[in-house]
Amino acid sequence: MARMPEGPPPPPVVQKLRLRYAKRGRLRFSSHRDFQRALERALRRAAVPMAYSAGFNPHPKISYANAAPTGTASEAEYIEISLAERREPEEIRDALNSALPDGLDIVDVVEAGPGLLADRLQASVWQIELFADTPGEEAAAANDSTVRDVVERFLAAERVEVQRMTKNGLRTFDAREAVLRIEVEPGVTSRPGNGCAILSLVVRHNTPAVRPDDVLSAFRAVADFAPPSPPRVTRLAQGLLDEADGSVTDPLVPDRDGAGA
Amino acid sequence: MRTDTQPAVSGESVFDRLEALLPFVSKPIQYVGGELNSTIKEWDFAGPETVRWALMYPDAYEVGLPNQGTMILYEVLNERPDALAERTYAVWPDLEKLMREHGVPQFTVDAHRPVGDFDVLGLSFSTELGYTNMLTALDLAGIPIEAAERGIDHPIVLAGGHAAFNPEPIADFIDAAVLGDGEQAVGIITDVIREWKQEGRPGGREELLYRLSGTGGVYVPSLYEVEYRPDGRISRVAPKRAGVPWRVSKHTVMDLDEWPYPKKPLVPVAESVHERMSVEIFRGCTRGCRFCQAGMITRPVRERTIQGIGSMVDSGLRATGFEEVGLLSLSSADHSEIADVTKQLADRYEGTNTGLSLPSTRVDAFNIDLAQELSRNGRRSGLTFAPEGGSERIRKVINKMVTEDDLVRTVAAAYGAGWRQVKLYFMCGLPTETDEDVLQIAELAKRVIQTGREVSGTKDIRCTVSIGGFVPKPHTPFQWAGQTAPEVVDARLAKLRDAIRSDKRYGKAIGFRYHDGKPGQVEGLLSRGDRRVGKVIRAVWEDGGRFDGWSEHFSYDRWMACADQALADTAVDVDWYTTREREETEVLPWDHLDSGLDKEWLWDDWQDALSEDEVEDCRWTPCFDCGVCPQMNTEIQVGPTGRSLLPLSVKGSLLGSAPGLDVAPGQSVVPGQNRVHSHTPNYGPVN
Repeated sequence: MARMPEGPPPPPVVQKLRLRYAKRGRLRFSSHRDFQRALERALRRAAVPMAYSAGFNPHPKISYANAAPTGTASEAEYIEISLAERREPEEIRDALNSALPDGLDIVDVVEAGPGLLADRLQASVWQIELFADTPGEEAAAANDSTVRDVVERFLAAERVEVQRMTKNGLRTFDAREAVLRIEVEPGVTSRPGNGCAILSLVVRHNTPAVRPDDVLSAFRAVADFAPPSPPRVTRLAQGLLDEADGSVTDPLVPDRDGAGA
Repeated sequence: MRTDTQPAVSGESVFDRLEALLPFVSKPIQYVGGELNSTIKEWDFAGPETVRWALMYPDAYEVGLPNQGTMILYEVLNERPDALAERTYAVWPDLEKLMREHGVPQFTVDAHRPVGDFDVLGLSFSTELGYTNMLTALDLAGIPIEAAERGIDHPIVLAGGHAAFNPEPIADFIDAAVLGDGEQAVGIITDVIREWKQEGRPGGREELLYRLSGTGGVYVPSLYEVEYRPDGRISRVAPKRAGVPWRVSKHTVMDLDEWPYPKKPLVPVAESVHERMSVEIFRGCTRGCRFCQAGMITRPVRERTIQGIGSMVDSGLRATGFEEVGLLSLSSADHSEIADVTKQLADRYEGTNTGLSLPSTRVDAFNIDLAQELSRNGRRSGLTFAPEGGSERIRKVINKMVTEDDLVRTVAAAYGAGWRQVKLYFMCGLPTETDEDVLQIAELAKRVIQTGREVSGTKDIRCTVSIGGFVPKPHTPFQWAGQTAPEVVDARLAKLRDAIRSDKRYGKAIGFRYHDGKPGQVEGLLSRGDRRVGKVIRAVWEDGGRFDGWSEHFSYDRWMACADQALADTAVDVDWYTTREREETEVLPWDHLDSGLDKEWLWDDWQDALSEDEVEDCRWTPCFDCGVCPQMNTEIQVGPTGRSLLPLSVKGSLLGSAPGLDVAPGQSVVPGQNRVHSHTPNYGPVN
């Protein structure tokens, strides 16, 4: 015999909000599950009127999409939350920012328009900082030219097979095709002393997803290149992809436009 | 290690160097700090005399962070105008290896300062199995392992927590130990250190330790001489200097409402073993279970008032965003107003998906109303009852005054209220125990299932029988008992497993979880050991022993091999410390450490155990003269107060600091058993 939850069903969803958040500094070491916990607690501390799922173990209704890997920073992560009472988006942004730990920061909140958020997350812009192994301008210049050479060889290849351990075992896939663009510029280093080369990549969201560490594996495969110290990786943007010029645009624009209309 | 690095400025962050290692270790988030409600103070905020505490829970971050004792002391110290406190935890072997290679010292997670730069390294030992982790931390911090080799600039290494009631096995490694409640003790110690620093640190480290000892509440092992008899027993423990007390007393906080800590519990970004907020509703327990060290050493009972509990729950939930509140104590259903507390809290949080749980619940105090209040809002947490012994006879021996009918009635109430699963906790290897006593557990479990099926009208119910090996502990009536050999424990558990599985009517409804007896023997060695055991600990650590509370790291064979070697030139061995029964007149290694319990009373209670005589709870009957209240100048503090929860004002406005709240070191404790860590996160992923 089935046991039914007691009491009335949970209140219905009256508003959906889409949030862009950043994962910065030391909080880049948080995993996706860490973020989920922190967010759910912040929602409670901020008294956001969340809509809950029904059942014995009600969850607040939150959709997560396409999280950046543990250890990488991001300026552009997206989630959608469902509310049981209407709220102003700015109010939610400010309340959550005072409830979340510094380094998990809500950047933007809009009311959801039609269409699925996940469908608009078509590509990412990644930044990879590759550090010289020793301090000084000479090492920085050498590092810069090595990196340019590696990138050139990678872009010249048709396919570059890489392997990654996934939940379903070791997978082999092409890391080249999804990469639409790579630009290299010398960096103002964020780590004092050593210079760095900064790569900007536009990567289409394929299945399996090609991640920055896959691109680094591909660099090793095509040019036997291994960074002397851990690179710092940041997702700068995520959104609608313009295949023609390889640009990536804000996925919340359609929602904002819809609200204004 | 660490010849290549530069302890430049005292208190300077090592985060940059640590950060470079984090991409290569598992769960790096546990090392970065930044928890909600954490505190970072300027290193010199109170001038050069600032008293700086590094507080360590010597286990992994995920276990250490939720520890109430550490959290309380962290907050109490940081509220002082003359002190700062930061936290440090045991690093996993993957990071330890990298830290050694790159010369990164043991660090605090708050400001990532080197632990070696602090004035005090305070360690909270809930279990003896953290001892090897202490040695790792000392070594990584650049602090000499042996206390005798430390100089004026090294931190005072201070042990607290329940295991500190017999710190003799780690006497060579610690400078001092504190017994009992820490809230006031850390203040006394801070005062002594600050004054000594203000005076220009006269007399060096020796003088400071001597002054601490002179307070009467800080045990400094190096100031005591231990003499042995030819047969290996202790003949005498005596102070080496005038002014050093013969016995060191435990600390007791009397009014919990005056100590409402933690006011703002730490909330980690990383996952931890307790994904909830805890409010300690009382401290101490006088049920008198003879195996239970926690109950014996925390006497008397001191309740927090219902209003104190209510305001702590409210402010804690606001400060953390947790969705479950644990009402913590050694036996939570024994609070004199527990029915009002749970009903009124459930009323207050109706409709907010806030769950309540009682981590430790006695079988006889539970009732169906309580069960329903606990499940009213949101999640229904599991129910665990601890009859501890399988037969009526053995329950008389251990003074766990629960009849089989009580148990069955209580569990039936739970099944009747909709629970489908309960857990029953027992111990194996208790004094005087026979195979029959243990096999009785199977009969009990079958009766529970049978009654549960009748009450609930469904066959779809389960009960899990969980069994730990009993370890005799200091300051309990069983401190004289011979520990049951691990082979005997294992053989009994095998018979029990067969008895449960062989009955097809119940076999699938009864789960059976147990641990083999070997870790219990090591815990027994460390629990009732003396200073000679220190060599064993050091040998195990040097051989690579780490995280002994974790089954995947614990090595019984290593402990036994190291013990054989380290004790070879003594008259004693592992059996001598564990399976040997002690005589009444034997000097026990902890006799000079005063838990308040009268040794004669303990002995009489041991004799009562052997003749299966029970002793009542002194909360509800006349005093049995255990000695604690007159010795410590304390008294039982229980309600009912007849008051109710303070009404809450509008959501979003913080209740002022209403008078009274509390807190106490020690998480929910299952005494005398080797703890095994498990994760049952409450949060399911939503995507």
